[in-house]
Amino acid sequence: MGPLLDRRGWIGFLGTGLVLIVGIPLLNMLADDSPLHLADYLVPLFGKYACYALLALSLDLVWGYAGILSLGHGAFFALGGYAMGMYLMRQIGTRGVYQNPILPDFMVFLNWKELPWYWYGFDHFAFAALMIVLVPGVLAFAFGWLAFRSRVTGVYLSIITQALTYALWLAFFRNDMGFGGNNGMTDFKDLLGIPLQTAAMRRGLYVVSVLALGLGFLVCRYIVASKLGRLLLAVRDAQSRVRFLGYSVAHAQVFVFTISAMLAGIAGALYVPQVGIINPSEFSPGNSIEVAIWVAVGGRGTLVGAVIGAVVINAAKTYLTGSVPEAWLYVLGGLFVLVTLVFPRGIVGFVDQVRSLRRPRAAEKLADEKVAP
Amino acid sequence: MIERLRLSLFALLSLLLSVQIGFAAGGQTRLATLVQQLGADDFDQKIAAVGELAALGDPRVVKLLQALENGDLYVTKDKKVVLARQDGDNFATSDPISGAKIGTATSDDIDQIIVNNRVREVIDAVLGTLNLFSPSRDDRLAAALDLVKHPSPASVPALQKALAAEQDAEIKQDLTLALAGARLNSPDKKMQLAAIAELAGSTDPAIFSILSALHDSGNLDPDVRRADESALAAIAQRLQLVRIGMTLFEGLSLGSILLLAAIGLSITFGVMGVINMAHGEMIMLGAYSTYVVQQLFVGYLPASWLEAYLVVSLPVAFVVTGLLGIALERSVIRFLYTRPLETLLATWGVSLILQQLVRTIFGSPNKAVDNPSYMTGGFELIGGAFITWNRLVILVFCFLVLGVLALVLKRTSFGLHMRAVTQNRDMAATMGIPTARIDALTFGLGSGIAGIAGVALSQIGNVSPNLGTLYIVDSFMVVVFGGVGSLFGTLAGAMSLGIVNKLLEPVSGAVLGKVVVLIAIILFIQRRPRGLFALRGRAAEN
Amino acid sequence: MSVTASPEFATSLLYLDGVTVSFDGFKALNALSFVVDRGELRSIIGPNGAGKTTMMDVVTGKTRPDDGQVIFDGKVDLTRLDEAAIANLGIGRKFQKPTVFENLTVFANLELARKTVRRIIPTLFARLDGGARDEIDAMIRRIGLAGRERVPAGALSHGQKQWLEIGMLLIQDAQLLLLDEPVAGMTDRETEATADLVRSLAGEHTVVVVEHDMEFVRSLAARVTVLHEGSVLADGSIDFVQNHQGVIDVYLGR
Repeated sequence: MGPLLDRRGWIGFLGTGLVLIVGIPLLNMLADDSPLHLADYLVPLFGKYACYALLALSLDLVWGYAGILSLGHGAFFALGGYAMGMYLMRQIGTRGVYQNPILPDFMVFLNWKELPWYWYGFDHFAFAALMIVLVPGVLAFAFGWLAFRSRVTGVYLSIITQALTYALWLAFFRNDMGFGGNNGMTDFKDLLGIPLQTAAMRRGLYVVSVLALGLGFLVCRYIVASKLGRLLLAVRDAQSRVRFLGYSVAHAQVFVFTISAMLAGIAGALYVPQVGIINPSEFSPGNSIEVAIWVAVGGRGTLVGAVIGAVVINAAKTYLTGSVPEAWLYVLGGLFVLVTLVFPRGIVGFVDQVRSLRRPRAAEKLADEKVAP
Repeated sequence: MIERLRLSLFALLSLLLSVQIGFAAGGQTRLATLVQQLGADDFDQKIAAVGELAALGDPRVVKLLQALENGDLYVTKDKKVVLARQDGDNFATSDPISGAKIGTATSDDIDQIIVNNRVREVIDAVLGTLNLFSPSRDDRLAAALDLVKHPSPASVPALQKALAAEQDAEIKQDLTLALAGARLNSPDKKMQLAAIAELAGSTDPAIFSILSALHDSGNLDPDVRRADESALAAIAQRLQLVRIGMTLFEGLSLGSILLLAAIGLSITFGVMGVINMAHGEMIMLGAYSTYVVQQLFVGYLPASWLEAYLVVSLPVAFVVTGLLGIALERSVIRFLYTRPLETLLATWGVSLILQQLVRTIFGSPNKAVDNPSYMTGGFELIGGAFITWNRLVILVFCFLVLGVLALVLKRTSFGLHMRAVTQNRDMAATMGIPTARIDALTFGLGSGIAGIAGVALSQIGNVSPNLGTLYIVDSFMVVVFGGVGSLFGTLAGAMSLGIVNKLLEPVSGAVLGKVVVLIAIILFIQRRPRGLFALRGRAAEN
Repeated sequence: MSVTASPEFATSLLYLDGVTVSFDGFKALNALSFVVDRGELRSIIGPNGAGKTTMMDVVTGKTRPDDGQVIFDGKVDLTRLDEAAIANLGIGRKFQKPTVFENLTVFANLELARKTVRRIIPTLFARLDGGARDEIDAMIRRIGLAGRERVPAGALSHGQKQWLEIGMLLIQDAQLLLLDEPVAGMTDRETEATADLVRSLAGEHTVVVVEHDMEFVRSLAARVTVLHEGSVLADGSIDFVQNHQGVIDVYLGR
């Protein structure tokens, strides 16, 4: 029923998109000595932020709207990343240290003779692209089906998603899993035949990441603006009432959880070629919880807030871990406490509040689409 | 060949027995006669002489026999046995017993006494037993171990004698084994069967390998083989039981650690429905409290008091983490009771801050907390099952904590109030129970127990800033599996997880075992979303 | 699901036979049996702990009975279905504590409740046509919330929430309405209006009302079933049960 975006929303969305997609690459392409030149290293950094933003968006969809605080989205992100990593590994071919045309270096090192069956097909981009959404999607579907059918919700669900992440984390450290063990995968050469180290490729990956973020945003926006979006809010606030209306709460939860995991997988897949490595640390349970704080800082249940939160916090992280590394964990920890205690509605909620104080009519409008409790 | 050797050894052995009786009477002359006998041409005579020499128990015999084995004994033209060493083209001769110089001789004057393998074997066996009576413990131990490795029926009498005289437990143990081996290698079937029958009652892996070595030696009498096989089966069965028992103990030990780590969590989760992600850091701070107390003891108190630091650490850790828990509850958690998911995030933030704080104060590297003497080492129970004191003490300690906690919950008014709030917060509040104070104290209690868990953990591993993160997921699993708010459930959860983990470890490896357990719990929650021992009733349904 | 034929099925909409529920040894329902006819308006009363709410839990699938049958519309055994399936058969429930979606508008609450395909993908792509919009608007007027359709349900008064919830049951097009204390916390005027509304539903719908307020029960002028300790104690007109010795004993205490 609700429109995808209102007129002002479309203007803001398309405007921001234009600036990010056209502006940033253009600034990067300016001559090095130009005062407006954007340094090369910033392009993949911004691309990385776009991936984080997409990850945050996917968590906001389940947490902000359906009340499912997943502590496993870092794992879905990592699975997407590994699927991409496997494709990139197979593209290396004979250019690896051991020059084996089939086996990635780490398998040769482990004295493996054959490619494990689950590596088949990853030399084709289309297959890898399918796996990027399918692997996180199927895991989320199976896990969600088991959990939501048994009505595991709230903190219980958070804890078992964390246990899932923890289990994957431990498993991916093992060499005999066939994913490179502790070291993961790195030394990628090219993607779709184009070398990763060129400036044009970096800009291309950045643009694709921003486009994916934009599309992800529209998909999420479509869901939350639909009748299903209202159903999800209803599920979040009064689950049993929804059941007595005749809806299957579990189906709604599984659906949104699966879609969300797929988005997280895409974010991970775009992240890997830009940072050049994927290893088990991406599964670390702490990573998944950190995503929740991006969403909380930006303002959950707003979608835009998730994007803002991811970018703001990661920019702060880049700056602080570079200049005062010891301070970063204090800041992050402090943010967790401060936001939950003082600004439960995050940056977007705070801005809305300030606005509604100035313009009383906006308050009514806010109430109309009110999402955060 | 072997059979002949065995027979000759056996003959020697009988000889030894008979000779020993007459030994004391004519020591010196007998020695000289036997030395002469070594010069005989017949090997059997030489062997007999070696045996008799050994039985004399004379310390000089060792050197003599070594000289014989090294080919340093010669026979002169006048049939006298001398010790001779090459000196240029000639030989310097001396008396083989006293070592007194005699003179020089050319190679024409003397003939070397030849020793063949048979003689050599006997010399070795006899030399081995001689060292059993050495005053040096190391020599005796080495001799005993050597005899375990090379069982020979020739050494039976000497072993029996040595066993009777030996005081050292470790050597005694090896002597017993050596004796068993020696008797098993006896050419006498009756003696072999008797030895097997005696050994079948053992639960010692070493005996098992001796018996299976006999089994593998081939050429066995069918009766002996049958007896050996059934003895092996009996021992294998008992060893299997020991292994199962040991796995159970390891499982219980792991369970006791999980229980200590999870019990505080279960209380706070049960009473307040709040997930405290900083619980692991309370454990970590408990371990650091132990470290600080230890350093204070080292720095300021007499060395003889050091042993007591661990006992002092318990109340210190409890108070430090308990107060911190109360502070955390009052300053953060109480504002979030209606928003459990956000409590999870806020306490995670607190855990990051606490970790970084400890890193800033103490540095990232691991800190060493020493085990006091009563937590060091262990004892062998049976069949190679070794129990370390620290694990045993922690196991007992964990039940002590559980018992005290159960008493507090059952017998004190604080406990009564706590249970009331757990079961029905609103009703408890209307009945005048100060729920806010109960919340704070409960949180303090839960955190304090985490601190105590930290003291225990400092005794089995490293103390590091991320100590807590290692245990937090497992603790949650224990609570979720056992059921929230039930001490018994937490106990059952912790112990079953500990045991299952240890059972899986040999099958799938430690890491994969853990992964399997995590997945099993995730599946288990589908069946019983509220755990094994969940509270039931209308209040619990919401 | 075949059910032993019985003449009562022909006319009954809800048929409970020997339903027993126990929680840790306490029998909340003890071989409870009664029948509600099609189009009937029925009041159910009983002291606290008599099993009224548990009875509704069993009918709506929230609680599975240890024993007994609950037959709906003469053919379906409800004890084998989950909440959503039961709701889709046409059984609506209003909770004791008014339960509406507080963060959604009045309109959205009714939109979600309106009888339509409940599956997830159709819900994602659902569009409200003019007819559906009119239907919702009509319901908003019927429950007296005209002009408040854009207000979040959480901002309504207690009585308005009760009505919204009843409105949700009606637009759900439930054949059987189970109303758990529909006038709790209402003013006298609101109570009166609610009684009118409930009476007007009978015939078109079958309505079972659980209520403590005896004035309200009297004003419904319906057959009354008295529950006590999980079984039916008395059954008949309000005057009959009020003079029933057993009922008097239970309410006044022996």
